[in-house]
Amino acid sequence: MYVAVKGGERAIEAAHAWLAEARRGDPALPELSVAQVEEQLGLAVDRVMAEGACHDRGLAALAIKQARGDLIEAAFLLRAYRTTLPRFGASLPLETGAMRIRRRISATYKDLPGGQVLGPTFDYTHRLLDFALAAEGEAPAPAPEAPAEAATMPRVTGILAQEGLMQPEPPGDAEPPDLTRQPLSFPADRPLRLQALARGDEGFLLALGYSTQRGYGNAHPFVGEIRMGEVAVEIVPPELGFPIAIGEITVTECQMVNQFAGSKTEPAQFTRGYGLVFGHGERKAMAMALVDRSLRARELGEEAEAPAQSEEFVLYHCDNVEATGFVEHLKLPHYVDFQSELEKIRQLRATALREAAE
Amino acid sequence: MMAPGAENRSREAAVETVTGYNFGYLDENTKRMIRRALLKAVAIPGHQVPFGSREMPLPYGWGTGGIQVTASIIGPGDRLKVIDQGADDTTNAVSIRRFFARVAGVGTTERTADATIVQTRHRIPETPLREGQVLVYQVPMPEPLFRLEPRVAETKRLHALADYSLMHVKLYEDIARTGHIATSYNYPVMVNGRYLMSPSPIPAFDNPKMHRMAALQLFGAGREKRIYAVPPYTEVRSLDFEDHPFVPIRADAACELCGSRESYLDEVVTDDRGGRMFVCSDTDYCTTRQGTQGSAREAAE
Repeated sequence: MYVAVKGGERAIEAAHAWLAEARRGDPALPELSVAQVEEQLGLAVDRVMAEGACHDRGLAALAIKQARGDLIEAAFLLRAYRTTLPRFGASLPLETGAMRIRRRISATYKDLPGGQVLGPTFDYTHRLLDFALAAEGEAPAPAPEAPAEAATMPRVTGILAQEGLMQPEPPGDAEPPDLTRQPLSFPADRPLRLQALARGDEGFLLALGYSTQRGYGNAHPFVGEIRMGEVAVEIVPPELGFPIAIGEITVTECQMVNQFAGSKTEPAQFTRGYGLVFGHGERKAMAMALVDRSLRARELGEEAEAPAQSEEFVLYHCDNVEATGFVEHLKLPHYVDFQSELEKIRQLRATALREAAE
Repeated sequence: MMAPGAENRSREAAVETVTGYNFGYLDENTKRMIRRALLKAVAIPGHQVPFGSREMPLPYGWGTGGIQVTASIIGPGDRLKVIDQGADDTTNAVSIRRFFARVAGVGTTERTADATIVQTRHRIPETPLREGQVLVYQVPMPEPLFRLEPRVAETKRLHALADYSLMHVKLYEDIARTGHIATSYNYPVMVNGRYLMSPSPIPAFDNPKMHRMAALQLFGAGREKRIYAVPPYTEVRSLDFEDHPFVPIRADAACELCGSRESYLDEVVTDDRGGRMFVCSDTDYCTTRQGTQGSAREAAE
């Protein structure tokens, strides 16, 4: 007799138990602590905070542990938690010009006030597997430290703006939109686009940014500046009426400088592509800056034919929690629809065969 | 006389309610926002209303839209039935029913007739729904035109103009090429003579049940952040042509378990030599019929 291939509660519970066991791995090995994940897999934590749209290193590390290192699953866990939190309001814009710099590089100037600061980067490592790490040796010797620069580090785009070469962004006092509360609608203004990109999937934005460099969108970008470090977050509580700092977060900011040929009303100048992400997320910040600029094509009167220039295409598809849900839902049962397809295909074939025979 | 499987039907009553979450998981402001969208949707049958869909603790694609709609309308006195592919015991239906038992502590049932709210994926129950019941559909793609026009801004314009020529031409081309309309599920419907609507991926067999249904039909698309509705007794017509009328199809067989020739059937492969059997997709309908037949037999003996 036919036994229903239907799951039921017991199967689900057994699957969860097996998952927990698989997550732990060999119990003879010491368990990974959340603090270890936070400290030693810091870039994974940063990515999960960015795509999970929630700045909390401890929770992101917990999510990574719970998700067995699946970073999209971890971002999903963090988002599902985030959505239960009350929303107090918007902070003031971060003053990244006052950032406590750990890394700051410009590709457009050989030297500039504040200098080039490499910081903790993979850029000039030789990608040779370091077998010494497998031996789990001592902690590395502390890195040499130079005395802190007293000088401020002006932003490169600010230097260009002094000469009038950089298109200024329109100032705005309006509270930014919140796409976690209001559904996306089009045309989307730039704050909304940047918000979606900041939560967007690193891999998707990377591929789109790359496509603009290969002719699908005609980008001419220079890295004006990448900076990473700590900035203060300030809010203005209504009962006080003046800003107070509520903490400090690490962010990576990328400002791409792009040529703009000008129009009848505007002389030629540089235009900005902007990327900002939680933590140290340089690849994402750069990709975001490329895509931000390409999404400005229409407002700048440029042709907008490439995927990276289509608001709907980019913003509807950059969210990896949405994307993974819809792609993976295909593994849920679809046999009712499949049955209707079976009957339909049989009907179409019968008609075709009958006609061929006549 | 209890129907077979009746003991199973109440086995989830013991699920513990979780603390620390609002009734129905969503906070009251979110529920209010969703109810406003629902009211607008009911007022404009078939029209898609954008809403601030929340990130739920279940993945997009698993029914987050339906879950949010159910969470916004459910009360402590409700009795919830959840089906997936017509069945109460499919894994995702079990999981969603359990979710509501945990976060709302409501009574659940597998009997269509006993439910006040039925949340469904891919089917409409065979037992006709009555006034006062609510059918909540989980919807993956709310836009009926999306395969023909993927740009949302453009489809909005087409709905505003009631310009559905793209769909008519598609159906016409199907007939011209193959002699039949090639769509077998998610078959587009015209609601109240005004809006073209996706019935969600139910088999076209179920479409006629939507027409002038006594129950309220609500549709939630979580990932696409849209809600729409069909109020009770509203006209819902499957698109067709005078010379090619809409024909619902089902497998030409009887259910192996209850013998029904009216219900929608699942085809089950029984061996690798072409063996097939057909059983009802609606498990409550099938179980109830088997129970009635069993009692009739017992009475005869």
